[in-house]
This record gives sequence, C-alpha cells and structure tokens, in this order.
Amino acid sequence: MDLSYSPEERAFEEEVRDFLKTSLPDHIADAVRSGGELTGEIMQEWHRILSAKGWLAITWPKEYGGPGWTPVQRHIFEVECNRFHAPRIVPFGLAMLGPVIQMFGNERQKKEVLPGILSAEDWWCQGYSEPGAGSDLASLKTRADRDGDHYVINGQKTWTTLGQFANKIFCLVRTKFDCKPQEGISFVLVDLDTPGIEMRPIRLIEGGYEVNEVFFTDVRVPVENLVGEENQGWTIAKFLLTHERTNIAGVGISMQALEEVKALARKTRRNGRPLIEDPLFAARIAQVEIDLEAMKITNLRMLYQAQKQGHPGPETSILKIKGTVINQELRDLARRALGPSAAPFPGAVTDGNLALSPPDTANNAARYFNNRKTSIFGGSNEIQRNILTKTMLEL
Amino acid sequence: MNFDLTEDRQMLADTLNRYLADQYGIEARNASAYEAPFHDPTKWAEMSELGIAGALVPEEQGGFGGTGFDITVVFEALGKGLCPEPFLGTLMAARLLGAAGADMDALVSGETRYAVGLGEIDAAYDFENIATTATASGEAHVLNGRKSAVYGGQGADVILVLAKLGDAPAIFSVAATEANIVGYGMIDGGGAAEVLLEDTPATLLLQDAGGAVQDAVNAGRLALCAEAVGAMGATYEALVDYLKTRKQFGRPIGTFQVLQHRTVDLLTEIEQARSITISAAASLEDADATLKIAMAKNLIGRAARLVAEEAIQMHGGIAMTWEYSVSHYGKRLVMLDAQLGDTDQCLSEVMQSYAA
Repeated sequence: MDLSYSPEERAFEEEVRDFLKTSLPDHIADAVRSGGELTGEIMQEWHRILSAKGWLAITWPKEYGGPGWTPVQRHIFEVECNRFHAPRIVPFGLAMLGPVIQMFGNERQKKEVLPGILSAEDWWCQGYSEPGAGSDLASLKTRADRDGDHYVINGQKTWTTLGQFANKIFCLVRTKFDCKPQEGISFVLVDLDTPGIEMRPIRLIEGGYEVNEVFFTDVRVPVENLVGEENQGWTIAKFLLTHERTNIAGVGISMQALEEVKALARKTRRNGRPLIEDPLFAARIAQVEIDLEAMKITNLRMLYQAQKQGHPGPETSILKIKGTVINQELRDLARRALGPSAAPFPGAVTDGNLALSPPDTANNAARYFNNRKTSIFGGSNEIQRNILTKTMLEL
Repeated sequence: MNFDLTEDRQMLADTLNRYLADQYGIEARNASAYEAPFHDPTKWAEMSELGIAGALVPEEQGGFGGTGFDITVVFEALGKGLCPEPFLGTLMAARLLGAAGADMDALVSGETRYAVGLGEIDAAYDFENIATTATASGEAHVLNGRKSAVYGGQGADVILVLAKLGDAPAIFSVAATEANIVGYGMIDGGGAAEVLLEDTPATLLLQDAGGAVQDAVNAGRLALCAEAVGAMGATYEALVDYLKTRKQFGRPIGTFQVLQHRTVDLLTEIEQARSITISAAASLEDADATLKIAMAKNLIGRAARLVAEEAIQMHGGIAMTWEYSVSHYGKRLVMLDAQLGDTDQCLSEVMQSYAA
C-alpha cells in the first residue's frame, strides 16, 4: 500500500496545473465559479481546448485516441479541473457512448463515431428514460419497427440532459415484444436532424433548463446505426451505466465545494463571530469533510481495482450512493451558511446590495435544489442498492 | 500509488487469520475474554512467537515493521477474530519506548508485557488535563494519582504512566509489583485496570513527552480503527449468511428489500471505514497524522456503531443471545469508540483545525 504520488505523478500534477493556468480562459472559469447555468458555447469551447491538447477523452485507452491515463492521473486531472473552475466534461459521448462503441461497435462505427467525439465536433445526448420507464428502465416502450433497411422509431424519451445543444442521440428502443422486457431492447444511434424528432425543454426545480423531452414520430434510421446485435441493448445499457458510475463519486467537485463552504463560513458572521467558529456548524462541516476524505480513498481504490480487472465492477454503485450524498450535504451547508442571503432567485441580485456579494451569494440555493437530482439520475440510489444486493450480497 | 498489501504483510495477515480461526475461535475466545485475567497468557505467548509484537516495531528498534500499514494488518486480523489479547498496550508502549530509544527486545519477544496508562477519570481523552504528578526522589521519582482504563493493565509486567513532572508531561516506567493495580473485565471482553499510585517508585523514561504521547495515541487510534474494520467485516459476513438462511413468511429474510438496502448501506459504510483507515495508516509518520487519524476515528466510531446496531436488529433475537457471535462483535464495535477518543472527541479535534 502506498498513497503517495510518484515523482511522475507529481510532475503530471504540475503539468495539469500549468495547462489550466494558461489554457482555461477567464470568462469560462468565471462562469463556472458563479455556479449558474453554462451556455452550450462555453462548454463546447472548453471541449475544443481539451481536444486540441488530447485531454478530452480522459478515460479512453491510447488505441482509440485517449491519453491512456492511469486512475491516479484521472483523479489528479479531475481534482485540478475543479480547483481551477473548469467546466465538467459533458459525459454522454466521452464517458458513455465512447466505451460502448469501443466494446460493442463494429469497425465502421468505430471509424465514424469515435473521431467526432474526440474532436468535440459531435455532441451526443442520451435517450434512455421515458415517462413510464424511469427506475424500471426495461419497461421502455419507444419502438423501432423494421422497414427494409431502416428502423422506424416512434415514442418518447425524457430527462435528455443538454439535448438542446446536441446533434446526435443514442437511444434504447424496443425491437421485440413477445419476450421478457430486457430481451427485446436495442441500442441505436440517431441524428437529431432526422425528420420526425422534436426536442422540448423541461424547466427544473430551480428554474433552469438542463433536460428535455424528445418525441419520435415515424423517425427513419438506417439499420446500420444499430450498435451490437438486435435485442442486445440491455447488456449495452448496463455496461454504459457502469461506466457512467465510475466518475460519479464527484470527488473533485466535492473537494471544491468543501473549500467553498469553508470560505463562506469564514466570511459569514453569526452571533458576533465567524460562522466557522460556531461549534454546531463546524461539526457539520467536519463530519462531511471526514466522509469526503474516506470517499477520496474509496474512489481511488475502485479506480485501481477497475484498472486491474480491466473494467469497473458493480461496487461502483457504492461511489454513486455515497458520493452523491456527500455532494448534496455540501450544497446544503453552502446554502445554510448564507442564511437569508441564499434566498434571492438566481440573477435577481447583481450587485453588492446584500451582506455578501455575488459570486458568493449567487446560485447557492439553486445549486442545492438542482443537486437533489444526483441521487435520482443514473439509476437512483435505491436502484444502486438493488444492484449491490444482487451482485455483492448475492441475495 | 497502489492498494495491494506487500507479500510480507499478506503473509503475516494469513498467518494471524489462520491462527485465530484454528486456535482461538469464538468459544475459546469467550472462555478467556470474560474471565480473569481476561486473556489467555498461553495464546499471548504463541501469538508473540508468530511475530505480532515484532510487526509493530520498526527494524532499527529490533522489530520488522512499525509502519502504519503493519499496524493495520495486525489489528484488522485481531478484530476479525475478536481477539482479546492486549496488543494495544504493546503497540503504544513500543511507540513510547521507541521515542525514548529504550531497548525493546523483551517487548518484541513477548517476554515483558507492557500496558500504557494515559487517561484518568476526569481526563479520559484530553491527556493534557491529567492530575497525576511525579516528584523527584533521589535518583528516581515517585508518582501520585490514579490512571483509569489502562487496557491490559491486569497481569502486565510494566505500566508506562503519563504524569506531570512540574508542568510538563512525562512518561514513567512503573513495575507492576510496585503499583496497586485493580483489574476488571470489560463488557465487550478483555481486561483493563485502575492503577493507583501512592508514592509509587517510577523510572523516568521520557521528559517533555507531549509529542511522543500524541504519537502513541495516534498509533493506538489507528490500531482501533483497523480492529473495527476487521470486526465490521466479520459481522457483515455473519449477517449476510444469516439473511440467506433464516426463513420467515416462507422465504429467506434476505429477499426482503427493506433488509437488503440496509445491508448494502452497511457495506458502503464499511468500505468508507476501510478507506479512511488506509488514509490514516498512510499518514502515521506525516505532519498531519493527528488530524488524519482523528478523522478516521470519528468515521470508524459512527460506522462501527451503525454496523453493530443494524446487525443486531436485522438478525433479530438470536443476536441478543450470549451464544451467538454477533452479540460479542456488536459489543466490541460499540465499545471501542470509547477508547483513546470517541466520535465526538475526534470530531471536535477536527473542528479545531478550522480555527487556525
């Protein structure tokens, strides 16, 4: 056992810091620091900068154009990006579809799909959930009927994150009906400019627009857009969700959030002293800091294990369950540290007419409410417990 | 960075686990843990021969280990086997003797059994507030005061005692024959003692011992964390086994989701406990050891109590019985929190790091 960074890893950390200092534009870092919604342009601008450096597809092996980083390098990169207020990398193409194509795609699909992800030219979004198929994803009803060398897709997807900026979508569709629900699902790639697709925004709890409904009416998709075998989609779906979970601990995000909470609690005064000197509030911070310290190691242990066995395992559900709760707790503390100053609607206060000025006050309540999503999406934390029950407890 | 045990440590863990499973099963354990002297001197000697004490002492001091990960390997195995042998005293004594540059051959061989007396009734964890005093008496010193919760104190050969020499903390070596040692068994097995010091002759081992005491406490806390990780793992295994076999309403109770999710939550907390113990072990010789280990002891305290209470609850009546192993693991998991700084004490120490 050895938790220390090697000289090479220290050098890498320096390299990442230097890169972020010189290549992360101020206007992007400022936008992230504000905690508000990012525009598609800003996210895409950052993706292109990373792509030019060869650091966009950080989980990909070298043979597919990734940097071939070790788990520790990815951890360092994640922590530093959050420290410097870089936007998160939109995961749908890079962390989800990429590994799926590498594992299940044919040679033509590898050639056609992967370069567009690597260059940030294509923006993929996810067509998984439906109004009647959330946690029970296998009950999805969107259907793809074969018509010559096309599928004709009809149905509705929902919770499609950042779909408003995307040009492509990967979908789970039903291709077989007289069987167990899991056995009739296929995984297809769809261009969003295909006739018959309509994307409608869903306004979220805090007022922001981040997710969408997608309607499919007689959408004709070439059969060659099928990934893997017909009716193999459930296997692919599960594989994708396991990959989604590997970065879901959000250690870097939470480490940054912890620093922000401490900074707020030092600035805010209550009962004549800085809030951080209030024993109750300090105890709340300390407890979540301790949980996060453990999470850092749990995350590294599981990345280490995933690298040894070649793929992430079901134990990554632990990262999701605990990582999301830690992050939500930190968002709660940031909101509470501000007290009544957290209340103004995002954007309602633009200058220093409150005790604390933006960016300190901006968006902390909004982020708290928005982050309730993390224990629901990607397989709710209850679904993660079911996964662990099946695989780890063998119950 | 890597998370694998070295071959040597893996071998030590295997040896210890095998010994405890074969020679010191739960019935043998209960037979010695609850009856004076609250451990088994024969097994103590055998385990010392297996190299436990040596693993807790650095090479340059006559052992072959002494790092944070040596400590966690040993104590995780002791926890897994719910072993009542008083090696906590050995470890903490080794840290103090090491700081003093004293000879440790008799400690490593197990020939001399040490216990360490730091806390008192009104200074259970805050050792700077102790009342025991030392005064010079010719070449030697005499001690006055009362040390509480001296783990393994009964039957120890030597007690290392923390006392104030003037205003400064100092460590003294007291021969067991010289002190009034009142031993008692503990609810979770194993023994401790009150050590009554009335003009008790003592040999000064360390002056200005604040740093060395903190290091011994850090090592002791780390050992307790690892012991808890081992005991939590064993408890969890027993629980999962029981959920698969115990039937009610015509099916194994493990098929009920209300129990499944609670069990998975224990798994999550145990993984977190293992992680923070690794973090603490890695920090033992670092400048932030005290903080990192206090963080670990806080999380361990929370996790251990949760695992104990939930395991007992989900087992139902069987875990309330003396006969079943989980009742004994549960007691140990709850009570080890009160050793060397509990959940609240450790949280409060972490909070103090914000003041600077």
